[in-house]
Amino acid sequence: MDKEYVLNMEDISKEYFGNKVLKGVQLKVRPGEIHALMGENGAGKSTLMNILFGMPVIHNTGGYGGSIEFDGEKVTIDSPNKAMQLGIGMVHQEFMLIPGFTVTENVKLGREITTPTVASSLLGKSLERLDKPAMADDTRKALDTIGLNIEDYAMVAGMPVGYMQFIEIAREIDKTGIKLLIFDEPTAVLTESEADRLLDTMRVIASKGIAIIFITHRINEVIAVTNSMTILRDGTFVSRLETKDTTAAKIAELMIGRKVEKLVDNMGQDNRGIRDDDVLLTLKNFYVDMPGERVRGVDLNLRRGEILGIGGLAGQGKVGIPNGILGLYPSSGEVEFDGQKIDPSKLGDALKKGIAFVSEDRRGVGLLLGKSIQQNIIFTAMQIQGKFLRKFGPITQFNGKAAKQHALEMIKALDIRCTGPEQYAGRLSGGNQQKVCLARAITMEPKLLIVSEPTRGIDIGAKKLVLELLAKMNREQGMTIIMVSSELNELRSLCDRIAIVSDGKLTGIFGPDASDADYGLAMSGVVEGGKDHD
Amino acid sequence: MTKEKLKKTMDVIGWPRLIVCLFFAAIVLTAYINGIDVASYFSSTLKYWGMWGILVLAMVPSIKCGIGPNFGVSLGIVCGLLGTLLAIEFNIAPRVNAAMPGAGPWMAMLFAIAVSIAVAWIVGIGYGKLLNMVKGSEMTVTTYVGYSVIYLMCIVWFRAPFSSGEIIWPLGGAGVRNPVSLESSFAYLLNDFLGFNLGPVYIPTGIILCVLLVCLVVHFYFRSKTGIAITASGANPTFARASGIDVNKMRIKGITLSTVLGAVGIVVYTQGFGYLQAYSAPLTMGFLCVASVLIGGATTTKATITHVIIGTFLYQGLVIFTPPVSNELLAGTDISDTMRQIIQNGVILYALAKAKGGSSNE
Repeated sequence: MDKEYVLNMEDISKEYFGNKVLKGVQLKVRPGEIHALMGENGAGKSTLMNILFGMPVIHNTGGYGGSIEFDGEKVTIDSPNKAMQLGIGMVHQEFMLIPGFTVTENVKLGREITTPTVASSLLGKSLERLDKPAMADDTRKALDTIGLNIEDYAMVAGMPVGYMQFIEIAREIDKTGIKLLIFDEPTAVLTESEADRLLDTMRVIASKGIAIIFITHRINEVIAVTNSMTILRDGTFVSRLETKDTTAAKIAELMIGRKVEKLVDNMGQDNRGIRDDDVLLTLKNFYVDMPGERVRGVDLNLRRGEILGIGGLAGQGKVGIPNGILGLYPSSGEVEFDGQKIDPSKLGDALKKGIAFVSEDRRGVGLLLGKSIQQNIIFTAMQIQGKFLRKFGPITQFNGKAAKQHALEMIKALDIRCTGPEQYAGRLSGGNQQKVCLARAITMEPKLLIVSEPTRGIDIGAKKLVLELLAKMNREQGMTIIMVSSELNELRSLCDRIAIVSDGKLTGIFGPDASDADYGLAMSGVVEGGKDHD
Repeated sequence: MTKEKLKKTMDVIGWPRLIVCLFFAAIVLTAYINGIDVASYFSSTLKYWGMWGILVLAMVPSIKCGIGPNFGVSLGIVCGLLGTLLAIEFNIAPRVNAAMPGAGPWMAMLFAIAVSIAVAWIVGIGYGKLLNMVKGSEMTVTTYVGYSVIYLMCIVWFRAPFSSGEIIWPLGGAGVRNPVSLESSFAYLLNDFLGFNLGPVYIPTGIILCVLLVCLVVHFYFRSKTGIAITASGANPTFARASGIDVNKMRIKGITLSTVLGAVGIVVYTQGFGYLQAYSAPLTMGFLCVASVLIGGATTTKATITHVIIGTFLYQGLVIFTPPVSNELLAGTDISDTMRQIIQNGVILYALAKAKGGSSNE
C-alpha cells in the first residue's frame, strides 16, 4: 500500500440515468497539502465530492465505479457518517449553522461533551448534562487556531457571512482525528479581506498535517495557496499539477480545453458593413446584482451588425450582463440602445425597445414546459408587441390561426423536430427546446438578439445547427447578436470579437484568432484589471 | 406494456375523479334498484349544479395565476351578500315593478351583482396584495382569510344599520336576521326562467344558461392578452418576468377575478336557494368549492373550466343522491353528511399531498 497519499481515488466513474458525468477520474491528495480541485461548472467536481462524502444522492442512483483508498486503506464510503468516522470533514458552501444557537453549541452540535447525572444513569445517555465549560474550552481552542476573535458564547444569528464561514471551519477542525477537509467554494461569499484571512487559515490547518481539498474558480487563490491541483473537464481527468510548476494562464487553458474542431462550416457571405462609429448598444459602468454572477462595473460598446461574444469562467459575471440589461436582476449604470436610454429597473423596457433574450436557464426561465410549442413561440411577441391578437376596442382575443401559422413557419425554418405546434415544449429534446427559445426571440424581430449559453446541454449535432442558425441570422438579416458562452471554442468559431469577463469586470476584448494564452490570462483575471482594479 | 398504458390513462383521469365517478354511479344505481325517484333527484342535481357553478368557477383564476385553490372565496361571498342585502334594503324590485311590471326582480338582481362586483373588485385587490406578501404559503393564508372574514362579518351583520323590515330582526332594531327571504326581490328568478319539464326531469334553463355564460366570459378572458399573461405567470413566474410581465400584478388580477366570481356566485346561489344566509353559513363554502374543482380533475396548479363543470356536477350529485340511498340502506342513520365530509376533505388532502410530490423521502 502506498502511504504517500492520504486520499487516493482511482478510476472513478459515475452515471446518472445513462448520462456519464464522471469518466475514470483520479484524485490524489498528500497529507498536509492544499490541493485544488478545478474545473468549469459541470466538470464533475461536485459529483466527485459527493462520492467522497458518501452522499445518498450517489447511492440512490446506482453507486459509482472505481476505488477509494483513504489513509492507505481501501474503503467504501456509503454514508456521510462513514466519511466523518474516517476523518473527512466538509465546509459547505451554504452554511449549515443554527442561527439561534451560540458559537459553542454550533461547533459542538452532535458531539457535545456530557457528564452523567442521576436521570441519565436510569434512562440512558441522552439525559446526561452538558459540560459547558469543557465545550467552551474546546471551541475557544478551535477558534484560536483559525484566528477568529469572537466570543464562544455569542449567538450565530446576525453575524456577518464571513464569520459563519469560519465557525463552520472551527467545527470541522474541532473534530478529533480529522485528516481531510473539503472546502467547497468557500471564498465565493466572502469579501476580499475575509477571503485573504481564509487562505491564511487554510495554511495554518494544513501545517498541522490536515490535507485540504479546495474547490474554487479563482485561479489567483489557487496560485497563492495550494501545493498541487487536479483539473477536470467534462467529467474527465485532465491533469494533476504541482502549483510551483505552472502558471495562471496554463491552468486557465487546461480548464477551458483547446478543441480545434470548427463548429460552424459555412458562415455565409459576409457583406456586413461594420463601422466602429455605428454603435448599437453602450454599457457604462454597468453593475448587476445577480447572485453568483455579479457584474462589477463593465464598459462596453457593441457595433451594429456584429456578433460579440462574452466569455469567462462560470460565476465570474458574464451571465449577469444580459440578465441585468433585461431587468431580471437589479442593476445600476447606464445602458444606451440605438440612441435611447434603457431603464432596466422597468421590467420589459429592453424588450419593448427591440432587444430579445434567450436565457441560459432554458427549462427554468426560457420555456413554459407545460404549454404548447406554439404558445411558447408567440408568447413574448404577443405580450410586448401585441402580435397574434385580435382587437375589439379594449378587448383583445388570442388569434389562434395566425399563431399556428407562424409556429408552423418557425418549426419549418428552424427545423424543430416535433409532432406539431401543439406538442408540449417540455416533451422536446434539449436542442429542439433551444430552437423554440430562439424562435420566440426571432418572432419579436429584434434589433439585438442576446443569447446566453445557447448550446448548454445539447448534443453536438444540435449545437452545430443552433450556431449556424445564429450565423445565418447575422449574415442574412443583419441582426446584431451578443452571445454569452462558457465554451470559448464556440465563441471563437462564430464571433467577430470576444469580451472576457473575470470577477465581474471586463479583462480584455480579443479577436477570434488571439492565442489561448491571452484568453487564459484574461479569464484568470490576472491581466489588466482583476483585483487591483478597484 | 398494457400496465404502462393503464398508468397513463390513470394519470389523465386521476384517482379522485375515478373513485368519485364510480361511487356516484354505484349510488345512482342503488337508488334506481331501490325504487327511489331518480328523476327528481336528478332535477335537484341540475339545480344545485347551477347554483354552485360560478362559485366553483372562482377557483379557476386563482389556480391559473399561481396562487392555488382559493379557500378564501368567502371574501367574495360576503361581498355578494352585501350586494344582495343592499338590493333588498333599497327596495329595488318593488320600486322597478311599480314602473315596469315584471322587470323588478331582474333589476334587483343586476343591482345586487353590480354592487357585489364593485365591492369584490376593491377587496380582491387588497387580498391579492396580501397574498403577494406570503408567497409559498398561499393555501394556508387563504384558508385563514376565509375563516377570519366570516367571523369579522358576523359582527358587521349583527350591527349593520339596515332599516328594511325584511332584513332586520322581527323584533326591530338593527342588524341582519337569519335567514333573509328573497321572496320580494329575486328568489328563484333564474331557476324558473325558461324552465321546462323534459319527461320527469325539470330543466332549470335560466340558471344553466347563466353559468354557461359566465364560463364563456371567463374562457374569453383567459384568451385575452392579460389572461394569457396571468396563466403564464402561474405556470412559470420567471419565464413571465423574462417576457416583461409583472407577475405580482398578474397574481392580483387573478385573485381579484376569483373574488369577483365568488361575489357573483353567491348572488346566483341565493336566488336559487330563495333565502340569504349571512353569519357563519358560508364558512365552509370555500372547502366545498375547492373539493368540487379537484374532483373535476384539477390540481393545485392546473384547472380548467371543464374541471369546474364536471366537478360541480359530480360533487352535487353525490350530496343529493347519498341521503335517500343511505336512508334506504341504513334506515335510522344519517351517514350521508359524514360521507360528504369524508369525500370533500379527502379529496383536498389528496390534492395537497400530491402537490408537493416527491419530498416525502427527505
